[in-house]
Amino acid sequence: MRILDSKTAIAIALLGAGAAMPAAAADIGACLITKTDINPFFVKMKEGATAKAEELGIILSTYAGKVDGDHETQVQAIETCIASGAKGIMITASDTAAIVPVVEQAREAGLLVIALDTPLEPIDSADATFATDNFKAGELIGQWAAAQLGDKAGEAKIAMLDLSASQPSVGVLRDQGFLQGFGIELNDPKRWGDETDPRIIGNDVTAGNEEGGRRAMENLMQKDPEVNVVYTINEPAAAGAYEALKAFGREDEVLIVSIDGGCPGVANVADGVIGATAQQYPLLMASKGVEAIKAWAESGVKPEPTPGLDFFNTGVSLVTDKPVEGIESIDTKEGGERCWG
Amino acid sequence: MVDSNRSADSGAEAGLVKASADTVAEFDADKKTALQHIQHFLHGNPAMVPVIILFVSVVAFRLIAGERFFTAFNLSLIIQQVTIIGFLACAQTLIVLTAGIDLSIAAIMVLASVVAGKFAVILGVPSIIAIPCGFVVGTLGGLVNGLLVTRLRLPPFIVTLGTWNIFFALVIWYSGSQSIRSQDIDKIAPVLKIFGERVSIGGAVFTYGSFLMVGVFLVIWYVLNNTAWGRHVYAVGDDKEAAELSGINTNRLLLSVYGVAGFIAGIAAWVSIGRVGSVSPQSFYDANLDSITAVVIGGTSLFGGRGSILGALFGALIVGVFSSGLKIAGVDVIWQRFAIGCLIILAVGIDQWLRRVSA
Repeated sequence: MRILDSKTAIAIALLGAGAAMPAAAADIGACLITKTDINPFFVKMKEGATAKAEELGIILSTYAGKVDGDHETQVQAIETCIASGAKGIMITASDTAAIVPVVEQAREAGLLVIALDTPLEPIDSADATFATDNFKAGELIGQWAAAQLGDKAGEAKIAMLDLSASQPSVGVLRDQGFLQGFGIELNDPKRWGDETDPRIIGNDVTAGNEEGGRRAMENLMQKDPEVNVVYTINEPAAAGAYEALKAFGREDEVLIVSIDGGCPGVANVADGVIGATAQQYPLLMASKGVEAIKAWAESGVKPEPTPGLDFFNTGVSLVTDKPVEGIESIDTKEGGERCWG
Repeated sequence: MVDSNRSADSGAEAGLVKASADTVAEFDADKKTALQHIQHFLHGNPAMVPVIILFVSVVAFRLIAGERFFTAFNLSLIIQQVTIIGFLACAQTLIVLTAGIDLSIAAIMVLASVVAGKFAVILGVPSIIAIPCGFVVGTLGGLVNGLLVTRLRLPPFIVTLGTWNIFFALVIWYSGSQSIRSQDIDKIAPVLKIFGERVSIGGAVFTYGSFLMVGVFLVIWYVLNNTAWGRHVYAVGDDKEAAELSGINTNRLLLSVYGVAGFIAGIAAWVSIGRVGSVSPQSFYDANLDSITAVVIGGTSLFGGRGSILGALFGALIVGVFSSGLKIAGVDVIWQRFAIGCLIILAVGIDQWLRRVSA
């Protein structure tokens, strides 16, 4: 009995030591939950987080929904993270409102929850939000487009190529930012498609891919063939819209603007397919998130938002080779160096 | 049963069926209402239902959406827009006729397009080799489904649900989820986009891809109606055991059906590059379901053995007409989905009603 006891004691001591040895940093677990594994934006975000976690010696687990809008998988991922004893979660939520109860559970269990790229609703449901200012990104391309048209902006004919019929917040913010930047009066800023300005020809959805972009552009050209400004939710949709315009022989008369700053998108700006794009920085969001979780685990400090905003702004740059006075921008060479994907 | 379905598609034979149906109707005219006559006629001619719906919806949208909808250009644009779904619906019909379903068909197509595109543009393989590689990938994808269905005796729904995920994962892995840009294709391998080239006839504009789609439909229609293989496809779908007893090697037949469907997806892959402009791993995520929608609206029974290949073409066109018409009429996108949902239920309802004719 005694021997057994001492053996048990030794075993326990060894186990304890074993657990304590890598201790400190390696003890910190973090989770990254993205919308999908298929969008290059989230692929890059994962790369950024993985690289930073390796550098800081943090154990990173990654999860992703199967498709955009796959809420259930994200809920399961958060539950798994809580169960695994992770110190923090970074999430790009598919359903920004429905995810809140399970996020609260995680915070009650002592995890730091950081929303990446997409703010939760309400935004303070997460401990912090590291994101592009999507409204600002839209505003930049709106201002640029209006400045390019100059006096003709008053009789512009604008096609709006949005993301999906469910109007996720990121799509709404970009759309509304663009309209405000262009000088169009918004109606309900939480909804696209309810504006009454006659310059807007119409809205259609693209699913954020080339095929959807082409189809949406064709549909809106059927509503009014004289479209001369095209807002696109992202650069794949812009590439599809350009193909449609080419088929109509109008590619040189139409201004396409977009948002994202992926490498193919920046190359399309350089080639004149897209007039200007607003570049965001997913790698930065992810690496900042990992650093914040480390700080939280070690010293209990929560990240602070950017002064004057309710989230931490990871920045946005206008990328164009046709700069406009009064709007700060970078050229496609610099955009190409900073692009993702 | 089998023969009447077969002949239903044939323009020449359709007349005969109609004539004979009229004679039968006269024989027991006192027992049948006008509705039952219609039911009989439509039962013998499954492609007629979608033709009627298509005609009615074009007329309706002419009234609702007005001039801009009913131009030669817009009507031809609808054909351009449904071309890829049309190809997939053609492949899907073959499988549905055997009482199967292919959830993976769009993933096979995207995989084939990514392989052909990456070979030609990134790896510098001559297009003349890269494009057939896409066909091979498509055919192999179909054969994998066919082998799993016939060798492991798994339900097609389960098999293709699995391979849908597998092919999709391969797409993302092989492409790195990156599109290949239109401008790069133009520079290095322009022949990939050949089916996006257009010809103008009057005010209408057609792509080579649309002509090819119609060609593929006509070939498959001919094969289904005029060859032993085609007859066997219907027979296996109608009653697999009976088909086996009558001497058909049903496993070999099913394998060939899945292989042909995969090959058609491989052709669609080439055409899709012309349509989209880029090689896009993100596009056509919903196209498998869209193809099933076209098949169902086209009057092919999901229970197998009944329906027509041309119905799928009309089914795809009906969806295209609704999308275009509602858009031009200024209807919000959510109501497009609503309308197409109603169409699906209507189509299956008509199918069930027609089936009662033989009960």
